[in-house]
Amino acid sequence: MLSRIAESLYWIGRYLERAEDTARLLESHVQTLLEDPITDEGTATSHLLAVMGIEAEDEMGFDSLVQMLGWDTSCRASMVSAFWGARESARRSREVISADLWEAINTTWNMVRNNRLQRHRAPEACQLIRERCALITGLVDGTMAHDQGWQFLMLGKNLERVDMTSRIIESSMINPDEDAAWMNATRACGGYHSFRLTHRGVEDPQDAAEFLLLDRLFPRSVVFCLDRAERILMRLDSTSGLGQLSETIRVLGAARADLEYRPRQELLGSVSERMALLQTAIASTDLAVADRYFDVANSVTWQAGVR
Amino acid sequence: MEGLFDGYIAPEGTYDEMFVGDQDSVRTPSARLKKLFDSMSMEEIQQRADYMSNTYRNQGVTFDIGGEERPFPLDIVPRIIAAKDWQVAEDGVKQRVKALEMFLDDIYGAGRCFIDGVIPRHVVTTSSYFYRQAFGITPLNGVRIHVAGIDLIRDGQGTFRVLEDNIRIPSGVSYVLTNRRAMGSGVPEITSSHAIRPVSDYPAKLLAALIAAAPAGITDPTVAVLTPGPYNSAYFEHSLLARMMGCELVEGRDLVARGGRVLIRTTQGLKPVHVIYRRVDDDYLDPVYFRPDSVLGCPGIINAARAGNLTIANAVGNGVADDKLLYTYVPDLIRYYLDEEPVVPNVDTWRLEDPASREEVLDRLDELVLKPVDGSGGKGIVIGPAATREQLDELRATVSKTPRGWIAQPVVQLSTVPTMTEQGMRPRHVDLRPFAINSGEDVWVLPGGLTRVALGEGQLIVNSSQGGGSKDTWVLSGDGRRGRLEIRKAQNRKPSPPAPKPQSEPVAHAPRTKKEQQEQQQQGVDQC
Repeated sequence: MLSRIAESLYWIGRYLERAEDTARLLESHVQTLLEDPITDEGTATSHLLAVMGIEAEDEMGFDSLVQMLGWDTSCRASMVSAFWGARESARRSREVISADLWEAINTTWNMVRNNRLQRHRAPEACQLIRERCALITGLVDGTMAHDQGWQFLMLGKNLERVDMTSRIIESSMINPDEDAAWMNATRACGGYHSFRLTHRGVEDPQDAAEFLLLDRLFPRSVVFCLDRAERILMRLDSTSGLGQLSETIRVLGAARADLEYRPRQELLGSVSERMALLQTAIASTDLAVADRYFDVANSVTWQAGVR
Repeated sequence: MEGLFDGYIAPEGTYDEMFVGDQDSVRTPSARLKKLFDSMSMEEIQQRADYMSNTYRNQGVTFDIGGEERPFPLDIVPRIIAAKDWQVAEDGVKQRVKALEMFLDDIYGAGRCFIDGVIPRHVVTTSSYFYRQAFGITPLNGVRIHVAGIDLIRDGQGTFRVLEDNIRIPSGVSYVLTNRRAMGSGVPEITSSHAIRPVSDYPAKLLAALIAAAPAGITDPTVAVLTPGPYNSAYFEHSLLARMMGCELVEGRDLVARGGRVLIRTTQGLKPVHVIYRRVDDDYLDPVYFRPDSVLGCPGIINAARAGNLTIANAVGNGVADDKLLYTYVPDLIRYYLDEEPVVPNVDTWRLEDPASREEVLDRLDELVLKPVDGSGGKGIVIGPAATREQLDELRATVSKTPRGWIAQPVVQLSTVPTMTEQGMRPRHVDLRPFAINSGEDVWVLPGGLTRVALGEGQLIVNSSQGGGSKDTWVLSGDGRRGRLEIRKAQNRKPSPPAPKPQSEPVAHAPRTKKEQQEQQQQGVDQC
């Protein structure tokens, strides 16, 4: 498979997941603010922006937060920017993705571009993005051959999901002592109901933390996604025939082991640091994958007569 | 009720392809089409047209103008070409491609035509598309023109004439394919009541021709389509062709030339490629030989072709035959190489290097069309009757200075076809670009081709880059009636399959009895 196409597919996966998770984050943030009488709106908002890697200007109100993470095309963390990225990558790999998939992505783009998304109220806009992303993901699964290209797409999706789940957790820790924080994070990941089913309705923050970080069955838990990504990398790498793990897998495996084999009681302490470590691991895996698969040979440049 | 064709009058001196004069004198091949359209209301047609353009927007069937993607405009009224008319066009295109193929082989080789005095050597050597870099590269199966798009028009008498040759990288075929599909979903009852020759074979024929052109000794060649990238106006077409042929779509940066071979960067390392269907212009293809600042091509690709390890389709240097001054010699070339009379004539053209014709043309600038010899996409054309005084003066100065750069033609009234406008159906000028594929064994012409239509009243420039639209082109098979096919089907009808068994499996979640369902419904009513 062409390296450039593999890279495009990888980024379709990443951007789609980013758009969807940003929608989830925004939705749950709005909900939390409504329900929580104590937290100061300004503090919560700048905390959320800091988690998303945006330097907050002082006194950001609710409206400008929705603007920034929702439809600001100049802000790279916004839902619209993320979706634009997915669409642009799809356009560049249009000859390999299925026609259904392309059409779903393009139709969605027509729904949100040119400031069309902001005609909806914020919760509706988030829901639209969430649902369209789910539809597109369904088409990825149901209409593309599960070949190497598909693996790259799923790799991107899972890596991004780890990154975004870690950010969702981080953003919920406005007040780390509060029991509700982990519940909010679970809700933002769309896992509240499956968590309650798993734990029979008992809402214990320790359980919730384990559920989001370690659950092997919930598809948005960190370990679940790390495991998926690792398996995909293993399959992509099968041709190398070397007896050692490649660089791409090593970092991911270490991050997973760090979570899985850590004593449970340490899990809840220093959450922010742990999440930051996860994000670093994802970033270095991203680099390793690009190095290994996307920049195969150094490019040759021609400068008028001298080579 | 008001008819859609009310007030339709074909313009004076123009061949209208549907009517002889007004709306009651419909030509036989179009009779059924007119009847079907007459049975629809304006509102309904408008709805269907909106549906079709919406589909194009969602599917991303676009043509980029200035970096902006726009849905490719498709008119809802198809253009019908009767079988016997098409035969002429098809024969003419085949003949022309064969002659041009021999001509290219000649000028990039022995140069027999110069010695025999068919064409002056300087006409070829002064062409800006004549590339000495291509001299002596002989394709294995003798094909340089893998794909040709010979633009045809119909003059005042309805006779086909060649307007120009495009044998570098003719574009537009993807819209032929998508237009047919769009018509099928937009106006199924009209499409299905005509016997139309299909166009869907094109990608398979193209792939076969590309494989046939592979270098010697390669049994299972890798074919790739080379695109300038997603910002190119025809990117949609490149990706569609790559998808339909199931081959890689590569950009220049995906290619590496090493040791006389061209390789593509894959996730498994570098893999050789054998045939490149390139949609990048000659002068951007290889910075080693052409523009050194090009980032669209691949350094070393020409060397690989010369070494015989790579086939570039269409071949480098074909552009010399697109030169509009050379166009005037093509009828002579057909007589010289094939010993045949041209099936489809040229449009009368003045060569401006000849002092006598130049004088005549300069006197009559306000009634002629002047075209730059190396233009494409309708760029630089001056239509005398529509031009201002200043434009003509400027043109006169330019032509006197560089007569080699221009040709003159009379204003040809392109034929008209009814086209949907806000006032109902109105005549609009069209041309036709049939696509021909040369596999080395045979030249195959796609039945129909791209009909481009000038959407403004009286406008003559149809190019998509100048706001032109398109029409689906229907080449009728036989007399175009579907009926006889059905009779034939009825004759050798197979015995009908046995009726399917009634479903007997229980449905898992269905409530077992009506009573149970009622009880379930009653539960919980009080709580609400």
